[in-house]
Amino acid sequence: MSHADRLTPSRVMTLALVGAGVVLLAAPFWFTFVFATHDRADIFANPPPLWFGTHFLANVALLLERLPFWRNLGMSLYVATMTTALNLVLCALAGYAFAVHEFAGKKILFALVVGSMMLPSFLNMIPTFMVMDLLGWIDSPRALYVPGAAGALGIFLMRQYIGSAIPRDLIDAARMDGCGELRTFWSVVMPLCGPALGTLGLITFINAWNNFVGPLVVMRSVEHYTLPLALRSMQSPNNTEWGALMAGSAIAMLPLLVAFVFSARRLVAGLTAGAVRG
Amino acid sequence: MNNMLTSDAATAPPALVPADASRARWRRRARKLAPYAFIAPFFVLFGVFGLFPLLFSIWLSLHQWDAAAGLAAMHWVGLENYKYAVTDPWFAKSLLNTLWFAVASGVPQHLVALPLAFLIHTTLKRSRNFVVGAYFVPYVTSSVAIALIFTTLFSKDFGVINAMLPGPPIDWLGDAFWARITIAFVVFWRYLGWNVVLYLSALQVISGDLYEAATLDGASRWQQFRYIALPLLKPMMFFAITLTLIGNLQLFEEPFILIPPDSGVATSVMTTAMFMYRMAFSDGDFGTASAVSWLLFFIIAALTWGNSRLFGKEGASDVAR
Repeated sequence: MSHADRLTPSRVMTLALVGAGVVLLAAPFWFTFVFATHDRADIFANPPPLWFGTHFLANVALLLERLPFWRNLGMSLYVATMTTALNLVLCALAGYAFAVHEFAGKKILFALVVGSMMLPSFLNMIPTFMVMDLLGWIDSPRALYVPGAAGALGIFLMRQYIGSAIPRDLIDAARMDGCGELRTFWSVVMPLCGPALGTLGLITFINAWNNFVGPLVVMRSVEHYTLPLALRSMQSPNNTEWGALMAGSAIAMLPLLVAFVFSARRLVAGLTAGAVRG
Repeated sequence: MNNMLTSDAATAPPALVPADASRARWRRRARKLAPYAFIAPFFVLFGVFGLFPLLFSIWLSLHQWDAAAGLAAMHWVGLENYKYAVTDPWFAKSLLNTLWFAVASGVPQHLVALPLAFLIHTTLKRSRNFVVGAYFVPYVTSSVAIALIFTTLFSKDFGVINAMLPGPPIDWLGDAFWARITIAFVVFWRYLGWNVVLYLSALQVISGDLYEAATLDGASRWQQFRYIALPLLKPMMFFAITLTLIGNLQLFEEPFILIPPDSGVATSVMTTAMFMYRMAFSDGDFGTASAVSWLLFFIIAALTWGNSRLFGKEGASDVAR
Protein backbone atom coordinates (compact mmCIF):
# COMPACT_ATOMS: atom_id res chain seq x y z
CA MET A 1 0.00 0.00 0.00
CA SER A 2 1.27 3.41 -0.90
CA HIS A 3 0.41 5.11 2.36
CA ALA A 4 2.30 2.55 4.39
CA ASP A 5 5.67 4.27 4.46
CA ARG A 6 4.86 7.96 4.86
CA LEU A 7 4.64 9.42 8.32
CA THR A 8 1.17 10.87 8.09
CA PRO A 9 -0.63 11.89 11.29
CA SER A 10 -2.90 8.86 11.01
CA ARG A 11 0.09 6.57 10.69
CA VAL A 12 1.72 8.13 13.75
CA MET A 13 -1.49 7.60 15.68
CA THR A 14 -1.70 3.99 14.55
CA LEU A 15 1.88 3.34 15.54
CA ALA A 16 1.21 4.91 18.94
CA LEU A 17 -1.84 2.69 19.44
CA VAL A 18 -0.11 -0.50 18.38
CA GLY A 19 2.92 0.47 20.45
CA ALA A 20 0.77 1.11 23.52
CA GLY A 21 -0.65 -2.36 23.05
CA VAL A 22 2.83 -3.85 22.93
CA VAL A 23 3.77 -2.04 26.15
CA LEU A 24 0.59 -3.22 27.85
CA LEU A 25 1.34 -6.79 26.85
CA ALA A 26 5.03 -6.66 27.69
CA ALA A 27 4.81 -4.84 31.04
CA PRO A 28 3.85 -7.86 33.18
CA PHE A 29 6.81 -9.80 31.76
CA TRP A 30 9.12 -6.91 32.48
CA PHE A 31 7.87 -6.73 36.07
CA THR A 32 8.28 -10.48 36.55
CA PHE A 33 11.96 -10.26 35.65
CA VAL A 34 12.52 -7.04 37.61
CA PHE A 35 10.75 -8.36 40.72
CA ALA A 36 12.78 -11.56 40.49
CA THR A 37 15.82 -9.46 41.43
CA HIS A 38 14.27 -7.68 44.42
CA ASP A 39 13.30 -8.79 47.89
CA ARG A 40 9.77 -8.57 49.20
CA ALA A 41 10.16 -5.19 50.86
CA ASP A 42 11.51 -3.64 47.64
CA ILE A 43 8.75 -5.10 45.48
CA PHE A 44 6.08 -3.51 47.63
CA ALA A 45 7.84 -0.18 48.03
CA ASN A 46 6.12 2.91 46.73
CA PRO A 47 6.96 3.59 43.94
CA PRO A 48 7.65 -0.03 42.95
CA PRO A 49 11.01 -0.88 41.37
CA LEU A 50 11.19 -0.49 37.60
CA TRP A 51 14.76 -1.65 37.16
CA PHE A 52 16.73 -4.75 38.17
CA GLY A 53 17.99 -5.13 41.73
CA THR A 54 20.59 -7.34 43.33
CA HIS A 55 18.56 -9.97 45.13
CA PHE A 56 18.22 -12.58 42.41
CA LEU A 57 20.54 -15.14 44.00
CA ALA A 58 19.05 -14.54 47.43
CA ASN A 59 15.60 -15.11 45.92
CA VAL A 60 16.72 -18.36 44.33
CA ALA A 61 18.18 -19.49 47.65
CA LEU A 62 14.87 -18.71 49.34
CA LEU A 63 13.05 -20.57 46.60
CA LEU A 64 15.22 -23.65 47.18
CA GLU A 65 14.43 -23.44 50.87
CA ARG A 66 10.69 -23.50 50.25
CA LEU A 67 10.45 -25.87 47.30
CA PRO A 68 12.38 -28.80 45.83
CA PHE A 69 12.71 -26.38 42.93
CA TRP A 70 15.33 -28.23 40.89
CA ARG A 71 13.29 -31.42 41.12
CA ASN A 72 10.20 -29.52 39.98
CA LEU A 73 12.17 -28.06 37.11
CA GLY A 74 13.47 -31.54 36.28
CA MET A 75 9.95 -32.95 36.38
CA SER A 76 8.68 -30.23 34.05
CA LEU A 77 11.56 -30.90 31.67
CA TYR A 78 11.05 -34.65 31.81
CA VAL A 79 7.30 -34.52 31.19
CA ALA A 80 7.57 -31.93 28.41
CA THR A 81 10.43 -33.78 26.71
CA MET A 82 8.69 -37.15 26.85
CA THR A 83 5.42 -35.67 25.54
CA THR A 84 7.27 -33.96 22.71
CA ALA A 85 9.37 -36.95 21.69
CA LEU A 86 6.39 -39.29 21.67
CA ASN A 87 4.25 -36.82 19.73
CA LEU A 88 6.92 -36.24 17.09
CA VAL A 89 7.17 -39.93 16.27
CA LEU A 90 3.55 -40.99 16.72
CA CYS A 91 1.95 -37.98 15.02
CA ALA A 92 4.35 -38.19 12.09
CA LEU A 93 3.56 -41.91 11.70
CA ALA A 94 -0.19 -41.34 11.76
CA GLY A 95 0.08 -38.23 9.59
CA TYR A 96 2.13 -40.22 7.10
CA ALA A 97 -0.51 -42.97 6.98
CA PHE A 98 -3.30 -40.43 6.45
CA ALA A 99 -1.39 -38.46 3.83
CA VAL A 100 0.12 -41.24 1.74
CA HIS A 101 -1.69 -44.53 2.24
CA GLU A 102 -5.06 -45.59 0.94
CA PHE A 103 -6.99 -47.83 3.29
CA ALA A 104 -10.54 -48.78 4.13
CA GLY A 105 -12.20 -46.42 6.60
CA LYS A 106 -9.58 -43.71 6.13
CA LYS A 107 -12.07 -40.86 5.82
CA ILE A 108 -14.08 -41.83 8.89
CA LEU A 109 -10.97 -42.47 10.95
CA PHE A 110 -9.53 -39.08 10.03
CA ALA A 111 -12.83 -37.40 10.83
CA LEU A 112 -12.61 -39.07 14.23
CA VAL A 113 -9.14 -37.63 14.78
CA VAL A 114 -10.33 -34.12 13.91
CA GLY A 115 -13.56 -34.56 15.86
CA SER A 116 -11.67 -35.55 18.99
CA MET A 117 -10.20 -32.02 19.04
CA MET A 118 -13.68 -30.61 19.61
CA LEU A 119 -14.25 -32.36 22.92
CA PRO A 120 -13.90 -29.82 25.71
CA SER A 121 -11.14 -30.89 28.06
CA PHE A 122 -12.98 -30.25 31.33
CA LEU A 123 -15.39 -33.06 30.46
CA ASN A 124 -12.56 -35.52 30.86
CA MET A 125 -11.08 -34.11 34.06
CA ILE A 126 -12.92 -36.31 36.55
CA PRO A 127 -13.03 -39.60 34.61
CA THR A 128 -9.38 -39.22 33.59
CA PHE A 129 -8.50 -38.89 37.24
CA MET A 130 -10.40 -42.10 37.90
CA VAL A 131 -8.71 -43.95 35.03
CA MET A 132 -5.33 -42.87 36.40
CA ASP A 133 -6.42 -44.10 39.80
CA LEU A 134 -7.41 -47.47 38.33
CA LEU A 135 -4.07 -47.75 36.52
CA GLY A 136 -2.20 -46.77 39.66
CA TRP A 137 -0.66 -43.80 37.85
CA ILE A 138 -1.60 -41.15 40.41
CA ASP A 139 1.46 -39.11 41.33
CA SER A 140 3.42 -40.56 38.40
CA PRO A 141 4.70 -38.51 35.44
CA ARG A 142 3.33 -41.20 33.12
CA ALA A 143 -0.15 -39.88 33.87
CA LEU A 144 0.96 -36.59 32.28
CA TYR A 145 2.75 -37.68 29.13
CA VAL A 146 1.03 -40.91 28.06
CA PRO A 147 -2.56 -39.69 27.44
CA GLY A 148 -1.45 -36.91 25.08
CA ALA A 149 1.37 -38.88 23.44
CA ALA A 150 -0.29 -38.78 20.01
CA GLY A 151 -2.24 -35.53 19.84
CA ALA A 152 -4.91 -34.95 17.21
CA LEU A 153 -3.60 -31.50 16.31
CA GLY A 154 -0.17 -33.02 15.66
CA ILE A 155 -1.58 -35.71 13.41
CA PHE A 156 -3.49 -33.06 11.50
CA LEU A 157 -0.43 -30.82 11.09
CA MET A 158 1.79 -33.70 9.97
CA ARG A 159 -0.77 -34.97 7.49
CA GLN A 160 -1.07 -31.52 5.93
CA TYR A 161 2.67 -31.16 5.68
CA ILE A 162 3.50 -34.64 4.39
CA GLY A 163 0.63 -34.44 1.90
CA SER A 164 1.79 -31.15 0.42
CA ALA A 165 5.55 -31.00 0.87
CA ILE A 166 6.84 -34.51 0.24
CA PRO A 167 6.85 -35.66 -3.38
CA ARG A 168 4.97 -38.88 -3.87
CA ASP A 169 7.51 -40.01 -6.45
CA LEU A 170 10.13 -40.10 -3.76
CA ILE A 171 8.07 -42.41 -1.59
CA ASP A 172 7.21 -44.60 -4.55
CA ALA A 173 10.86 -44.75 -5.53
CA ALA A 174 11.84 -45.84 -2.03
CA ARG A 175 9.27 -48.60 -2.17
CA MET A 176 10.53 -49.71 -5.59
CA ASP A 177 14.02 -49.93 -4.16
CA GLY A 178 12.67 -52.40 -1.66
CA CYS A 179 12.27 -50.22 1.40
CA GLY A 180 9.74 -51.57 3.88
CA GLU A 181 6.98 -49.29 5.14
CA LEU A 182 8.74 -48.37 8.38
CA ARG A 183 12.04 -47.91 6.60
CA THR A 184 10.44 -45.58 4.04
CA PHE A 185 8.90 -43.59 6.85
CA TRP A 186 12.01 -43.35 8.93
CA SER A 187 14.69 -42.80 6.26
CA VAL A 188 12.79 -40.97 3.55
CA VAL A 189 9.79 -39.17 5.05
CA MET A 190 11.04 -38.15 8.50
CA PRO A 191 14.22 -36.39 7.31
CA LEU A 192 12.10 -34.22 5.02
CA CYS A 193 9.65 -33.26 7.77
CA GLY A 194 12.07 -30.93 9.57
CA PRO A 195 9.99 -27.72 9.50
CA ALA A 196 6.74 -29.44 10.47
CA LEU A 197 8.44 -31.42 13.22
CA GLY A 198 9.98 -28.21 14.52
CA THR A 199 6.61 -26.49 14.73
CA LEU A 200 4.90 -29.49 16.25
CA GLY A 201 7.71 -30.00 18.74
CA LEU A 202 7.51 -26.40 19.93
CA ILE A 203 3.74 -26.39 20.27
CA THR A 204 3.76 -29.68 22.15
CA PHE A 205 6.60 -28.66 24.43
CA ILE A 206 5.01 -25.33 25.29
CA ASN A 207 1.64 -26.88 26.07
CA ALA A 208 3.16 -29.64 28.17
CA TRP A 209 5.41 -27.20 30.00
CA ASN A 210 2.52 -24.88 30.84
CA ASN A 211 -0.04 -27.57 31.63
CA PHE A 212 -1.62 -26.77 34.96
CA VAL A 213 -4.87 -28.72 35.27
CA GLY A 214 -3.27 -32.08 34.42
CA PRO A 215 -0.71 -32.05 37.23
CA LEU A 216 -3.23 -30.38 39.55
CA VAL A 217 -5.49 -33.40 39.26
CA VAL A 218 -2.96 -36.26 39.35
CA MET A 219 0.20 -35.13 41.15
CA ARG A 220 0.26 -35.53 44.91
CA SER A 221 3.73 -35.09 46.36
CA VAL A 222 5.60 -31.81 46.15
CA GLU A 223 8.68 -33.58 44.75
CA HIS A 224 6.62 -34.65 41.75
CA TYR A 225 5.02 -31.27 41.09
CA THR A 226 5.77 -29.62 37.79
CA LEU A 227 6.81 -25.97 37.89
CA PRO A 228 3.35 -24.35 37.56
CA LEU A 229 1.96 -26.47 40.37
CA ALA A 230 5.02 -25.94 42.56
CA LEU A 231 4.91 -22.17 42.09
CA ARG A 232 1.25 -22.02 42.93
CA SER A 233 1.78 -24.06 46.09
CA MET A 234 4.16 -21.35 47.34
CA GLN A 235 1.43 -18.75 47.35
CA SER A 236 -0.03 -18.23 50.80
CA PRO A 237 -2.60 -15.72 52.02
CA ASN A 238 -0.35 -13.48 54.11
CA ASN A 239 3.33 -14.04 53.72
CA THR A 240 4.08 -15.11 50.21
CA GLU A 241 7.76 -14.64 49.39
CA TRP A 242 7.08 -12.65 46.24
CA GLY A 243 10.69 -12.13 45.29
CA ALA A 244 11.40 -15.85 45.38
CA LEU A 245 8.14 -16.62 43.61
CA MET A 246 8.92 -14.15 40.84
CA ALA A 247 12.41 -15.64 40.49
CA GLY A 248 10.76 -19.05 40.06
CA SER A 249 8.28 -17.66 37.55
CA ALA A 250 11.08 -16.01 35.61
CA ILE A 251 13.05 -19.25 35.47
CA ALA A 252 9.92 -21.11 34.35
CA MET A 253 9.13 -18.53 31.66
CA LEU A 254 12.62 -17.91 30.30
CA PRO A 255 13.19 -21.09 28.23
CA LEU A 256 9.89 -20.64 26.41
CA LEU A 257 10.44 -16.93 25.82
CA VAL A 258 13.85 -17.63 24.31
CA ALA A 259 12.49 -20.43 22.14
CA PHE A 260 9.63 -18.18 21.11
CA VAL A 261 11.89 -15.31 20.08
CA PHE A 262 13.71 -17.61 17.68
CA SER A 263 10.67 -19.30 16.25
CA ALA A 264 7.77 -16.88 16.61
CA ARG A 265 6.89 -16.76 12.94
CA ARG A 266 6.84 -20.47 12.39
CA LEU A 267 5.07 -21.13 15.67
CA VAL A 268 2.35 -18.57 15.07
CA ALA A 269 1.82 -19.92 11.57
CA GLY A 270 1.65 -23.50 12.81
CA LEU A 271 -0.75 -22.79 15.62
CA THR A 272 -3.14 -20.75 13.53
CA ALA A 273 -2.94 -23.15 10.58
CA GLY A 274 -4.03 -25.95 12.86
CA ALA A 275 -6.86 -23.89 14.25
CA VAL A 276 -7.98 -22.26 11.02
CA ARG A 277 -7.93 -25.27 8.79
CA GLY A 278 -9.22 -27.55 11.52
CA MET B 1 -1.76 -46.46 -4.97
CA ASN B 2 -3.56 -48.47 -7.62
CA ASN B 3 -1.37 -46.94 -10.27
CA MET B 4 1.58 -47.95 -8.25
CA LEU B 5 0.58 -51.58 -8.13
CA THR B 6 -0.11 -51.86 -11.85
CA SER B 7 3.13 -50.15 -12.76
CA ASP B 8 4.85 -52.46 -10.32
CA ALA B 9 3.48 -55.43 -12.20
CA ALA B 10 4.36 -53.94 -15.55
CA THR B 11 8.01 -53.40 -14.71
CA ALA B 12 8.45 -56.72 -12.91
CA PRO B 13 10.44 -59.33 -14.79
CA PRO B 14 8.09 -61.78 -16.52
CA ALA B 15 9.32 -64.93 -14.80
CA LEU B 16 9.23 -64.55 -11.02
CA VAL B 17 11.10 -66.98 -8.89
CA PRO B 18 8.74 -68.37 -6.18
CA ALA B 19 10.73 -66.81 -3.33
CA ASP B 20 10.33 -63.39 -4.93
CA ALA B 21 6.63 -63.96 -5.43
CA SER B 22 6.00 -64.74 -1.79
CA ARG B 23 8.12 -61.78 -0.75
CA ALA B 24 6.09 -59.54 -3.01
CA ARG B 25 2.88 -60.92 -1.56
CA TRP B 26 4.13 -60.38 1.94
CA ARG B 27 5.15 -56.87 1.07
CA ARG B 28 1.75 -56.11 -0.43
CA ARG B 29 0.03 -57.37 2.72
CA ALA B 30 2.37 -55.36 4.92
CA ARG B 31 1.62 -52.27 2.88
CA LYS B 32 -2.07 -52.87 3.42
CA LEU B 33 -1.78 -53.29 7.16
CA ALA B 34 0.91 -50.69 7.77
CA PRO B 35 -1.38 -47.63 7.83
CA TYR B 36 -3.54 -49.23 10.51
CA ALA B 37 -0.48 -49.92 12.61
CA PHE B 38 0.65 -46.32 12.10
CA ILE B 39 -2.59 -44.77 13.28
CA ALA B 40 -3.17 -47.33 16.04
CA PRO B 41 -1.34 -45.41 18.82
CA PHE B 42 -3.70 -42.47 18.53
CA PHE B 43 -6.80 -44.63 18.62
CA VAL B 44 -5.59 -46.76 21.51
CA LEU B 45 -4.71 -43.68 23.56
CA PHE B 46 -7.90 -41.89 22.58
CA GLY B 47 -9.92 -44.95 23.49
CA VAL B 48 -8.34 -45.38 26.90
CA PHE B 49 -7.87 -41.75 27.91
CA GLY B 50 -10.54 -40.01 25.83
CA LEU B 51 -13.52 -42.04 24.83
CA PHE B 52 -13.68 -44.44 27.77
CA PRO B 53 -13.48 -41.66 30.39
CA LEU B 54 -16.15 -39.78 28.48
CA LEU B 55 -18.58 -42.69 28.47
CA PHE B 56 -17.62 -43.50 32.03
CA SER B 57 -18.52 -39.98 33.11
CA ILE B 58 -22.03 -40.37 31.67
CA TRP B 59 -22.34 -43.57 33.71
CA LEU B 60 -20.88 -41.83 36.73
CA SER B 61 -23.30 -38.92 36.45
CA LEU B 62 -26.17 -41.35 36.96
CA HIS B 63 -24.74 -42.76 40.17
CA GLN B 64 -24.13 -41.68 43.66
CA TRP B 65 -20.61 -42.53 44.61
CA ASP B 66 -18.42 -41.88 47.57
CA ALA B 67 -14.90 -41.74 46.21
CA ALA B 68 -13.37 -43.03 49.43
CA ALA B 69 -15.44 -46.24 49.41
CA GLY B 70 -14.15 -47.69 46.13
CA LEU B 71 -15.92 -48.54 42.90
CA ALA B 72 -18.19 -51.14 44.55
CA ALA B 73 -19.94 -48.41 46.50
CA MET B 74 -21.54 -46.89 43.38
CA HIS B 75 -25.26 -46.92 43.34
CA TRP B 76 -27.74 -45.96 40.68
CA VAL B 77 -29.69 -42.75 41.22
CA GLY B 78 -30.89 -42.01 37.68
CA LEU B 79 -31.15 -38.29 37.01
CA GLU B 80 -30.99 -37.33 40.70
CA ASN B 81 -27.52 -35.80 40.33
CA TYR B 82 -28.76 -33.60 37.49
CA LYS B 83 -31.79 -32.53 39.51
CA TYR B 84 -29.60 -31.82 42.49
CA ALA B 85 -27.18 -29.74 40.42
CA VAL B 86 -29.90 -27.76 38.67
CA THR B 87 -31.56 -26.83 41.96
CA ASP B 88 -28.27 -26.02 43.68
CA PRO B 89 -28.09 -22.22 43.98
CA TRP B 90 -24.29 -22.39 43.75
CA PHE B 91 -24.54 -24.05 40.38
CA ALA B 92 -26.80 -21.27 39.11
CA LYS B 93 -24.47 -18.65 40.55
CA SER B 94 -21.43 -20.30 38.99
CA LEU B 95 -23.20 -20.33 35.63
CA LEU B 96 -24.00 -16.64 35.89
CA ASN B 97 -20.39 -15.91 36.82
CA THR B 98 -19.17 -17.95 33.87
CA LEU B 99 -21.47 -16.14 31.45
CA TRP B 100 -20.45 -12.79 32.91
CA PHE B 101 -16.77 -13.61 32.35
CA ALA B 102 -17.47 -14.91 28.85
CA VAL B 103 -19.06 -11.58 27.89
CA ALA B 104 -16.85 -9.22 29.89
CA SER B 105 -13.61 -10.69 28.60
CA GLY B 106 -14.82 -12.01 25.25
CA VAL B 107 -16.56 -8.98 23.76
CA PRO B 108 -13.64 -6.55 24.32
CA GLN B 109 -11.22 -9.16 22.94
CA HIS B 110 -12.90 -9.03 19.56
CA LEU B 111 -13.79 -5.35 19.59
CA VAL B 112 -10.11 -4.54 20.09
CA ALA B 113 -8.57 -7.37 18.08
CA LEU B 114 -10.50 -6.67 14.86
CA PRO B 115 -9.50 -3.04 14.29
CA LEU B 116 -6.06 -3.68 15.73
CA ALA B 117 -5.42 -6.47 13.24
CA PHE B 118 -6.64 -4.17 10.45
CA LEU B 119 -4.32 -1.38 11.59
CA ILE B 120 -1.35 -3.75 11.84
CA HIS B 121 -2.17 -5.19 8.45
CA THR B 122 -2.44 -1.87 6.65
CA THR B 123 0.24 0.12 8.48
CA LEU B 124 3.12 -2.07 9.54
CA LYS B 125 5.60 -3.72 7.24
CA ARG B 126 9.04 -4.31 8.64
CA SER B 127 7.96 -4.32 12.27
CA ARG B 128 4.95 -6.55 11.71
CA ASN B 129 6.56 -9.83 12.75
CA PHE B 130 7.91 -8.26 15.90
CA VAL B 131 4.53 -6.79 16.84
CA VAL B 132 2.65 -10.01 16.09
CA GLY B 133 5.18 -11.96 18.13
CA ALA B 134 4.84 -9.55 21.05
CA TYR B 135 1.05 -9.83 21.02
CA PHE B 136 1.32 -13.60 20.97
CA VAL B 137 3.68 -14.07 23.92
CA PRO B 138 0.99 -14.18 26.65
CA TYR B 139 -0.68 -17.02 24.82
CA VAL B 140 2.44 -19.18 25.15
CA THR B 141 3.16 -18.31 28.78
CA SER B 142 2.19 -20.38 31.80
CA SER B 143 -1.16 -19.32 33.22
CA VAL B 144 0.29 -19.69 36.71
CA ALA B 145 3.18 -17.32 36.02
CA ILE B 146 0.70 -14.85 34.54
CA ALA B 147 -1.68 -15.10 37.48
CA LEU B 148 1.18 -14.68 39.95
CA ILE B 149 2.54 -11.50 38.38
CA PHE B 150 -0.93 -10.01 38.11
CA THR B 151 -1.54 -10.83 41.76
CA THR B 152 1.39 -8.59 42.68
CA LEU B 153 0.57 -5.89 40.14
CA PHE B 154 -3.04 -5.70 41.35
CA SER B 155 -2.18 -5.94 45.04
CA LYS B 156 -4.25 -3.42 47.00
CA ASP B 157 -1.71 -1.78 49.26
CA PHE B 158 1.50 -2.14 47.29
CA GLY B 159 0.62 -2.98 43.72
CA VAL B 160 1.95 -1.13 40.69
CA ILE B 161 -1.55 -0.51 39.34
CA ASN B 162 -2.75 1.31 42.43
CA ALA B 163 0.55 3.19 42.64
CA MET B 164 -0.08 4.56 39.15
CA LEU B 165 -3.73 5.41 39.64
CA PRO B 166 -4.76 8.57 41.45
CA GLY B 167 -7.29 8.43 44.26
CA PRO B 168 -7.82 5.89 47.03
CA PRO B 169 -6.45 2.38 46.42
CA ILE B 170 -8.82 -0.10 44.80
CA ASP B 171 -9.10 -3.57 46.34
CA TRP B 172 -8.70 -5.32 42.97
CA LEU B 173 -8.63 -8.86 44.26
CA GLY B 174 -10.53 -8.56 47.53
CA ASP B 175 -13.71 -6.83 46.38
CA ALA B 176 -16.27 -8.93 44.51
CA PHE B 177 -16.93 -6.37 41.77
CA TRP B 178 -13.29 -5.48 41.14
CA ALA B 179 -12.12 -9.10 41.39
CA ARG B 180 -14.37 -9.96 38.47
CA ILE B 181 -13.12 -6.99 36.48
CA THR B 182 -9.53 -7.99 37.19
CA ILE B 183 -10.08 -11.58 36.08
CA ALA B 184 -11.89 -10.48 32.94
CA PHE B 185 -8.98 -8.15 32.20
CA VAL B 186 -6.39 -10.89 32.67
CA VAL B 187 -8.30 -13.21 30.34
CA PHE B 188 -8.65 -10.36 27.82
CA TRP B 189 -4.94 -9.65 28.10
CA ARG B 190 -3.99 -13.27 27.58
CA TYR B 191 -6.09 -14.00 24.49
CA LEU B 192 -6.04 -10.64 22.69
CA GLY B 193 -2.91 -11.59 20.74
CA TRP B 194 -4.35 -14.92 19.72
CA ASN B 195 -7.35 -13.19 18.17
CA VAL B 196 -5.21 -10.54 16.49
CA VAL B 197 -3.19 -13.33 14.89
CA LEU B 198 -6.33 -15.11 13.72
CA TYR B 199 -7.74 -11.94 12.15
CA LEU B 200 -4.39 -11.08 10.58
CA SER B 201 -4.23 -14.48 8.91
CA ALA B 202 -7.67 -13.84 7.42
CA LEU B 203 -6.77 -10.30 6.32
CA GLN B 204 -3.74 -11.57 4.44
CA VAL B 205 -6.02 -13.54 2.14
CA ILE B 206 -7.99 -10.43 1.10
CA SER B 207 -6.63 -9.09 -2.17
CA GLY B 208 -4.81 -5.76 -1.95
CA ASP B 209 -6.52 -4.68 -5.18
CA LEU B 210 -9.78 -4.24 -3.30
CA TYR B 211 -8.25 -1.61 -1.01
CA GLU B 212 -6.47 0.04 -3.89
CA ALA B 213 -9.67 0.36 -5.88
CA ALA B 214 -11.41 1.76 -2.83
CA THR B 215 -8.59 4.28 -2.26
CA LEU B 216 -8.94 5.45 -5.87
CA ASP B 217 -12.65 5.88 -5.28
CA GLY B 218 -11.78 8.08 -2.30
CA ALA B 219 -12.77 5.70 0.47
CA SER B 220 -11.36 6.53 3.90
CA ARG B 221 -9.53 3.99 6.06
CA TRP B 222 -12.64 3.61 8.17
CA GLN B 223 -14.75 2.98 5.07
CA GLN B 224 -12.25 0.42 3.84
CA PHE B 225 -12.42 -1.33 7.19
CA ARG B 226 -16.19 -1.13 7.42
CA TYR B 227 -17.13 -2.03 3.85
CA ILE B 228 -14.27 -4.21 2.59
CA ALA B 229 -12.45 -5.90 5.47
CA LEU B 230 -15.33 -6.46 7.85
CA PRO B 231 -17.68 -8.32 5.48
CA LEU B 232 -14.83 -10.50 4.22
CA LEU B 233 -13.77 -11.24 7.79
CA LYS B 234 -17.14 -12.65 8.71
CA PRO B 235 -16.20 -16.33 8.45
CA MET B 236 -13.12 -15.74 10.58
CA MET B 237 -15.17 -13.75 13.08
CA PHE B 238 -17.50 -16.68 13.41
CA PHE B 239 -14.61 -19.04 13.92
CA ALA B 240 -12.74 -16.83 16.41
CA ILE B 241 -15.86 -16.03 18.41
CA THR B 242 -16.72 -19.72 18.57
CA LEU B 243 -13.26 -20.46 19.96
CA THR B 244 -13.58 -17.64 22.51
CA LEU B 245 -17.02 -18.84 23.53
CA ILE B 246 -15.92 -22.44 24.03
CA GLY B 247 -12.76 -21.36 25.86
CA ASN B 248 -14.40 -18.78 28.10
CA LEU B 249 -17.23 -21.06 29.15
CA GLN B 250 -14.63 -23.50 30.49
CA LEU B 251 -12.74 -20.76 32.32
CA PHE B 252 -10.85 -22.27 35.23
CA GLU B 253 -7.20 -21.41 35.62
CA GLU B 254 -7.22 -17.61 35.86
CA PRO B 255 -9.83 -17.25 38.64
CA PHE B 256 -8.60 -20.44 40.32
CA ILE B 257 -5.08 -19.09 40.73
CA LEU B 258 -5.80 -15.37 41.14
CA ILE B 259 -8.33 -15.81 43.93
CA PRO B 260 -7.36 -18.19 46.77
CA PRO B 261 -10.21 -20.56 47.74
CA ASP B 262 -10.43 -19.11 51.26
CA SER B 263 -10.80 -15.55 49.97
CA GLY B 264 -13.99 -13.71 50.81
CA VAL B 265 -14.76 -13.21 47.13
CA ALA B 266 -14.10 -16.83 46.11
CA THR B 267 -17.78 -17.50 45.46
CA SER B 268 -18.20 -14.33 43.40
CA VAL B 269 -15.62 -15.52 40.89
CA MET B 270 -16.42 -19.23 40.97
CA THR B 271 -16.99 -20.46 37.42
CA THR B 272 -18.87 -23.63 36.61
CA ALA B 273 -15.65 -25.48 35.82
CA MET B 274 -14.34 -24.47 39.27
CA PHE B 275 -17.61 -25.54 40.85
CA MET B 276 -17.22 -28.93 39.18
CA TYR B 277 -13.63 -29.24 40.34
CA ARG B 278 -14.55 -28.40 43.90
CA MET B 279 -17.48 -30.78 43.91
CA ALA B 280 -15.21 -33.64 42.83
CA PHE B 281 -11.91 -33.00 44.53
CA SER B 282 -12.94 -31.14 47.68
CA ASP B 283 -16.33 -32.69 48.39
CA GLY B 284 -15.61 -36.10 46.81
CA ASP B 285 -19.00 -36.09 45.07
CA PHE B 286 -17.89 -37.42 41.69
CA GLY B 287 -21.42 -38.27 40.54
CA THR B 288 -22.78 -34.74 40.84
CA ALA B 289 -19.53 -33.30 39.51
CA SER B 290 -19.91 -35.45 36.37
CA ALA B 291 -23.51 -34.32 36.02
CA VAL B 292 -22.34 -30.70 36.27
CA SER B 293 -19.71 -31.29 33.57
CA TRP B 294 -22.36 -32.65 31.21
CA LEU B 295 -24.74 -29.80 31.95
CA LEU B 296 -21.95 -27.38 31.13
CA PHE B 297 -21.22 -29.31 27.96
CA PHE B 298 -24.83 -28.98 26.80
CA ILE B 299 -24.83 -25.27 27.59
CA ILE B 300 -21.65 -24.79 25.57
CA ALA B 301 -23.11 -26.80 22.69
CA ALA B 302 -26.33 -24.78 22.77
CA LEU B 303 -24.55 -21.42 22.83
CA THR B 304 -22.18 -22.49 20.06
CA TRP B 305 -25.17 -23.52 18.00
CA GLY B 306 -26.90 -20.20 18.75
CA ASN B 307 -23.76 -18.39 17.68
CA SER B 308 -23.70 -20.24 14.35
CA ARG B 309 -27.36 -19.31 13.80
CA LEU B 310 -26.51 -15.70 14.55
CA PHE B 311 -23.82 -15.69 11.90
CA GLY B 312 -26.06 -17.34 9.37
CA LYS B 313 -25.36 -20.35 7.26
CA GLU B 314 -22.78 -18.78 4.97
CA GLY B 315 -20.46 -17.80 7.78
CA ALA B 316 -20.53 -21.23 9.30
CA SER B 317 -20.10 -23.19 6.10
CA ASP B 318 -17.20 -21.04 4.92
CA VAL B 319 -15.21 -22.18 7.90
CA ALA B 320 -16.28 -25.77 7.72
CA ARG B 321 -14.94 -25.99 4.20
